[in-house]
Amino acid sequence: MESCPSVKNILLLDSEGGRIAVKYYSDDWATNNAKEAFEKSIFTKTQKTNARTEAEIAMLENNIVVYKFVQDLHFFVTGGDDENELILSTVLQGFFDAVGLLLRGNVDKKEALENLDLILLCLDEIIDGGIILETDASVIAGKVASHSVDSGAPLSEQTISQALATAREHLTRSLLSG
Amino acid sequence: MAQFVKKDDDRDEEAEYSPFLGIEKGAVLQEARVFNDPQLDSRRCSQVITKLLYLLNQGETFTKVEATEVFFAVTKLFQSKDIGLRRMVYLMIKELSPSSDEVIIVTSSLMKDMNSKTDVYRANAIRVLCRITDGTLLTQIERYLKQAIVDKNPVVASAALVSGIHLLQTNPEIVKRWSNEVQEAVQSRAALVQFHALALLHQIRQNDRLAVSKLVTSLTRGTVRSPLAQCLLIRYTSQVIRESSMNNQSGERPFYDFLEGCLRHKAEMVIFEAARAITELNGVTSRELTPAITVLQLFLSSSKPVLRFAAVRTLNKVAMTHPMAVTNCNIDMESLISDQNRSIATLAITTLLKTGNESGVDRLMKQITNFMSDIADEFKIVVVDAIRSLCLKFPLKYRTLMNFLSNILREEGGFEYKKAIVDSIVILIRDIPDAKESGLLHLCEFIEDCEFTYLSTQILHFLGVEGPKTSDPSKYIRYIYNRVILENATVRASAVSTLAKFGAMVDSLKPRIFVLLRRCLYDNDDEVRDRATLYLNTLGGDGSVIETDKDVKEFLFGSLDIPLVNLETSLKNYEPTEEPFDISSVPKEVKSQPLAEKKAAGKKSTALGAPPASLTSAVDTYEKLLSSIPEFSTFGQLFKSSAPVELTEAETEYAVNVVKHIFDRHVVFQYNCTNTIPEQLLENVVVVVDASEAEEFAELATKPLKALPYDTPGQTFVAFEKPEGVPAVGRFSNVLKFIVKEVDPSTGEAEDDGVEDEYQLEDSEIVAADYMLKVRVSNFRNAWESLGPDFERVDEYGLGPRESLSEAVNAVINLLGMQPCEGTEVVAANSRSHACLLSGVYIGNVKVLVRLSFGVDSAKEVAMKLAVRSEDESVSDAIHEIVAN
Repeated sequence: MESCPSVKNILLLDSEGGRIAVKYYSDDWATNNAKEAFEKSIFTKTQKTNARTEAEIAMLENNIVVYKFVQDLHFFVTGGDDENELILSTVLQGFFDAVGLLLRGNVDKKEALENLDLILLCLDEIIDGGIILETDASVIAGKVASHSVDSGAPLSEQTISQALATAREHLTRSLLSG
Repeated sequence: MAQFVKKDDDRDEEAEYSPFLGIEKGAVLQEARVFNDPQLDSRRCSQVITKLLYLLNQGETFTKVEATEVFFAVTKLFQSKDIGLRRMVYLMIKELSPSSDEVIIVTSSLMKDMNSKTDVYRANAIRVLCRITDGTLLTQIERYLKQAIVDKNPVVASAALVSGIHLLQTNPEIVKRWSNEVQEAVQSRAALVQFHALALLHQIRQNDRLAVSKLVTSLTRGTVRSPLAQCLLIRYTSQVIRESSMNNQSGERPFYDFLEGCLRHKAEMVIFEAARAITELNGVTSRELTPAITVLQLFLSSSKPVLRFAAVRTLNKVAMTHPMAVTNCNIDMESLISDQNRSIATLAITTLLKTGNESGVDRLMKQITNFMSDIADEFKIVVVDAIRSLCLKFPLKYRTLMNFLSNILREEGGFEYKKAIVDSIVILIRDIPDAKESGLLHLCEFIEDCEFTYLSTQILHFLGVEGPKTSDPSKYIRYIYNRVILENATVRASAVSTLAKFGAMVDSLKPRIFVLLRRCLYDNDDEVRDRATLYLNTLGGDGSVIETDKDVKEFLFGSLDIPLVNLETSLKNYEPTEEPFDISSVPKEVKSQPLAEKKAAGKKSTALGAPPASLTSAVDTYEKLLSSIPEFSTFGQLFKSSAPVELTEAETEYAVNVVKHIFDRHVVFQYNCTNTIPEQLLENVVVVVDASEAEEFAELATKPLKALPYDTPGQTFVAFEKPEGVPAVGRFSNVLKFIVKEVDPSTGEAEDDGVEDEYQLEDSEIVAADYMLKVRVSNFRNAWESLGPDFERVDEYGLGPRESLSEAVNAVINLLGMQPCEGTEVVAANSRSHACLLSGVYIGNVKVLVRLSFGVDSAKEVAMKLAVRSEDESVSDAIHEIVAN
């Protein structure tokens, strides 16, 4: 309980339970099979519920799962069973709204797959290794969407051979000192 | 033509268009060659990376070679200045988690990004680098990370802080050097930076109690900007409260005002975190609870399911320890029974079942009935369990609750659910004598239409045990015989056994049972025929209606007094010879018995019929065992056998436990011994008992154990005489004596010569509780009234300072060895007084009831008033004597 709030996974599934994008931050599901089994059971359990206006919540395998659906997309956020439910739901809302902003309101499977890069970046900006990075949807979307050529920065002039040379230098140095 | 195009469209829609349709790993890896182009097409590269990430996300894995190739190709993309592409490169590197020699290739590029002027680069480069770095590299970049923590850009600061939290696990000594910077970041104006800094600072200092306390003190006075950081602060505050309350018993709880203040925060997550923290405080008082319960009650009627769920789940936990505090929410809870979200509804119901009072039960059950039809089995099982505990709490309400259980038993449901209901009914029948007849009839009706063979056979067995003891056993016959006509072979065989049990136990039914059994002789299953033949022959079905012999009853229905495991081993070792297998050669004591009993006690009320069966069978087994020993056969009726008490530490050479058998004028110690050394055979095993500290006991007889081979348990007995009817107490010291012989492990043969040896055991004791049987009464008040005040004895005692009221109550219950009634053994936390009701049967079969009133003052001095009623004056006095000593 003294620990930092943490998220065990974030899932974005389609209307048949298939993966669009998933990210696991906990060792509870070590193999891909375990992950798929979890996704299947959470999808089946929540499939018939109406989580379109308000986020819904369920318990599964000693975890708390908050979820929300739109069109053919199912959003899930999982945390441990002693986690503050409202924190998880804030994360879910942040993810849900950020995806809405990034897809410009056309939130469905087709659009999500076509912009998978944005979805993956979005996940990366919300959680880092289980720790909440940001929950404000507009900030998240803002960070993801800053697609432009970097003008201010000094050009990275270093060629790959230079990079390798520096690297080799580092390597020898660490070998010598070690 | 137009037609053709349309058709194509249709098919696309069916197949569901996806940009990744037909994607294949090999092809994508080929595509990744574009990363090497001298003129980079950043858009194309981004797409290829997305495809690679898509594959990984779908569970595809790259081989070591593939991963290395992709990694090297990706590093080339650092040449591009496209921000979007760079972000994808970061993601890809994190996903590939490169090995340390590969990391070196990207280190300088990432370090460059870390110090670039573009904040997006800086933040992400920090996160990537910290993810893939190792200790040596970390010391090189440490300087930059420290700067980043106090960077004015919140994204950069957060990236460094979160990375710090991760790195603390692997390189704590480095991260701990950053505490000054982290401390500064805690004061940041940016909400999330403060959150991350607080989390890191606490983790750095978590082992320094004083530092954490200081941190909490300063922050609870200041301002915390983000709700997340506030939640963290609440968690740390509860930790400080918990640790300080251990040393400091008196006075106001520190920081409680802070927690209460958080209940008025504007963010719901903070309000909830604070409310939950208050409910989880050690020994929380009702005054402290009230404001937290009030805000949770408001959440119960929120439009957001998550909020309702969080509130009801917390209140459900509170109801376990402070049911009274939650009763105010009952009206809101009742409206949640119809909640769309079934988890919320189930939690609401189980909370109501915990907080409800006796008068509200009927109304509550009506509401639940409607609810049961449309929830999943997993929720129903939770409700059934809650109803069972409710019924044990209010035995007078058994009629309503039993009816409810029988109704839901008739409805659709899976095996686990049905089993939970049947188990509950069986437990109620066992614990509430008044409920027996109606309960049995409900079970009979259930097997009329039961699709689960396991449940049918279990119920039939249970009927066979309980049915003949009822006032009108004949009414069950029809139900049982119907099984013989309608069911599969397993159930039929089981029904035949049950019929025979009725025949053996109830003489008046015998002729009718014989008729039924004879019909079973023509069954098409051999097991059914065999059983019918066996029963007919042994019960005297040849026409003569004689009273069934006791031995026959024993043979047919007595519990198997040898453990199945031992029987199985003996049967396996048996070699087919002229000599028939002798069942009496099977060792009777099983090594794992205490373990099994412990398990049974821990996993209360699991297997159907098993708990009552094992309880009676343990006593039966002991009784039979003792009466089979000539020295003890004259002792008369066995009054009580204690649970085994271990006399050795676990995992010693010889494991010994003792069972105390109490008779009217005798006490028999049964020592269950196990030899755990394969190279040894013990012979002439006895326990030498020194009873010098038990004056009233005189040693009468000793029954040695001839041989104790490795891993085969055996028993030795020592009997004592004691004055009749006197609950003599005393302490006995025990020494195990034996002759030890070496065994050749290869041949298993023992040497001829043995050496005498002894082994010190722990002391055993006979205490007052050994003379008391725990017997439950269904209605304490009625029982109390009916015993009358003739032999009532009341006195008051000071118990001195105790750890807590609950500890004092338990100590007295254990001292008396009586059965607590109506759940009065549970003391509400923080209460200053408590009343406890106990019932039991004292040696000489005297019924005893006890009313205890406890009070505790501020110095933890406990006073107790003890009122005893019994059927015998001297017994009432004896109970007082137990306590007085």
